[in-house]
Amino acid sequence: MPRQLHLSAALDSPDSPGRFNAGHYTALAGLAERATLDFVTLDDSFDPEPGRPDALAALARIAPLTGRVGLVPTVTTTHTEPFHTSISVNTLDWVSKGRAGWLVGVSTTEAEARAFGRRPVAPADELWAEAADAVEVAARLWDSWEDDAEIRDTATGRFIDRDKLHYIDFEGRHFSVRGPSITPRPPQGRPVVAVPVAAADLAPDASPGGRARVAAAIRHADVVLLDAPDRDARLTAATELRLRAGEHLRILARLDTARSALPDRAAEERLLAELTATGTGVDGFHLVPADPVRDLTALADRIAPALRAAGLLRTGYTGRTLRDHLGLARPAGRYTAPPAAAAAAPALALAEVTR
Amino acid sequence: MTDRPLKQIHLAAHFPGVNNTTVWSDPASGSHIEFDSFRHLAQTAERGKFDFFFLAEGLRLREHKGRIHDLDVVGRPESITVLNALAAVTERIGLAATVNATFNEPYELARRFASLDHLSAGRAAWNVVTSSDAFTGENFRRGGYLDRADRYTRAAESVQLAREFWDAGEEGVRHRGPHFEVEGRLSLPRPPQGHPVVIQAGDSDEGREFAAATADVVFTVHSTLAAGQAFHADVKRRLAAYGRGPEELKIMPGATFVLGDTDAEAAERATEVRRAQVGPRTAISFLEQVWGVDLSDHDPDGPLPETDPDPDSALAQGRVRFGDPLAVAERWRAIAAEKRLTTRELVIEVTGRQSFIGSPATVAGQIDHFVQNDAADGFILVPHLTPGGLDEFVDKVVPLLQERGVFRTDYTGPTLRDHLGLPVPVPGRG
Repeated sequence: MPRQLHLSAALDSPDSPGRFNAGHYTALAGLAERATLDFVTLDDSFDPEPGRPDALAALARIAPLTGRVGLVPTVTTTHTEPFHTSISVNTLDWVSKGRAGWLVGVSTTEAEARAFGRRPVAPADELWAEAADAVEVAARLWDSWEDDAEIRDTATGRFIDRDKLHYIDFEGRHFSVRGPSITPRPPQGRPVVAVPVAAADLAPDASPGGRARVAAAIRHADVVLLDAPDRDARLTAATELRLRAGEHLRILARLDTARSALPDRAAEERLLAELTATGTGVDGFHLVPADPVRDLTALADRIAPALRAAGLLRTGYTGRTLRDHLGLARPAGRYTAPPAAAAAAPALALAEVTR
Repeated sequence: MTDRPLKQIHLAAHFPGVNNTTVWSDPASGSHIEFDSFRHLAQTAERGKFDFFFLAEGLRLREHKGRIHDLDVVGRPESITVLNALAAVTERIGLAATVNATFNEPYELARRFASLDHLSAGRAAWNVVTSSDAFTGENFRRGGYLDRADRYTRAAESVQLAREFWDAGEEGVRHRGPHFEVEGRLSLPRPPQGHPVVIQAGDSDEGREFAAATADVVFTVHSTLAAGQAFHADVKRRLAAYGRGPEELKIMPGATFVLGDTDAEAAERATEVRRAQVGPRTAISFLEQVWGVDLSDHDPDGPLPETDPDPDSALAQGRVRFGDPLAVAERWRAIAAEKRLTTRELVIEVTGRQSFIGSPATVAGQIDHFVQNDAADGFILVPHLTPGGLDEFVDKVVPLLQERGVFRTDYTGPTLRDHLGLPVPVPGRG
């Protein structure tokens, strides 16, 4: 039986008049769930264009109206507080019952820097190094409550076992954070961290910013959204990423459907051929539609059924959390002492994660 | 007084907080973090036609004697994210988030509240709080950078700047002020309410002035009719200096309540609730907050300590202080002597917030009396149980308020400004 694809889609709708309203995103997420996608993304920045709401807010808004699809907003790390980012993504995981992810972004523009007035624009390599620190802080804060910290022990009058809450004491170049989090450990333990990477970032002549972005992905990403110009570049980049990050990394190649014009049957056939090709080196695809309503409808109505017929897509969700969909285990907290009996971890079943 | 038409009461529901008002030891106490608890309380409040649902905030876990305080509920989600999710499962009720003006930047705040207002179709409110302590600052980029005196000037400039961003059209905002020098515009159109509702909590003189200048709602604590009337008169009088009428600022004290079929049954239940809120260890912990020293060997069922407090102690962190420790100790001793109270009984006596206790008819009458006599414009009700603590109030007291003709039987408009009777602000004014 062929290995199933991990599929996701972007809901960004820069041209839609409904893009400030909840109903627009609810309808799109409904299509994504019909297509049994692993997750949807919503991009964000502090630039005034394109017009859009706060991405994490919009995905929180649709969380109670969806049941299974993962919700992955872009949250930037340049002008924001790592503590706030950590508890916001954590809370998205709580309100979605374990379906949150975080697509890490940085703010590179003058306009964004002026809107905050706190610091000038910095070079991309510095921003991605800072982003890696922000993810480190967020992850430590997610782990700062052990899963069983809440005890409600009426005999001693204690609500929590404070020995299971931990200071994180992060000290970095741009910030230090003491912790612990104000929010208990989220349902997934740690929400899924995604980092966008371009194939050029992995090339020998990559820019310093590209290298820093790859370093952040290797250190922290559960998922890489890989942007490559062609199949060869995709295979080379994916092989390199897997070699450096390990087999747990899920690599989804960006597929822009703008060129495909999905209502067109021939375009749909081309997209299907792309999705079903073997030897791509990636675990699946991140579809970026030019027209989300049109293209996600085609995906749900025609492409997904064709993929299911080929055994390449789940017929229905079998798991509840985004980690379930991605085949990623719920991580143990870094501050939790491992149970003595389980000290020898079972060997990673490589066959499960290698295509 | 009799000639005046009846004032309409405003009601809000406060999600039970991370303090000892919240009783977690009750078998009916549910999760404080799972979304279903928030959904239950918000939907109950909306069934009761409440004006808004309110979430508090604390950006560092409270500490006592250098360790995390473990006797009360600990842990809560990020407020704005929860409210965006609640917008999906409610239709009319306002959604208020407490967000600190010290450890957030105006551009991001303006954008997040504009997003909530759009995604909830006009139901967002921002409860502006401030802090300057280095203790909380240890979780943030700037640390404890702000002088105590600058807290309100930064908060006022933050609100003003957020309103400039909400009002700005294509040309955007250029702002130079003591705290902020920024330029830009949001990625969203003007919010449906024009400006999300601004709530201010705090009772100091500068807090009152800030409220009169800036806020749409004041969240305060006053336990007697006379104190409420004095506060009400004082704050409403300050409005004129800012060109504002008395109707443009609603005064809503926080209040707890305990109901019973009869007044006697309610009083009995209230005593039980207070004893659950102030257990022996909690009583000692309150005592230590004032005395500033370790009193773990002190008998909670005995008299107050004979030694005087250490006024310079930093034993308790991240919580509201009681005031000058020596004066507080003196006052507590006087009350204990007069009423012959043990330490625990004294703490039960002095740490109680305003409570409406009685049968549904009695409580409806008390609330109406406070409002008609200008001690308040309404109340922010703080249930002591999550998530069912508001059920009985909505089922039994709200219908009586409606019968009295002092509380809406249905929402008359879609936005929180509609519920509060506040006009949509005209861009560029105020």
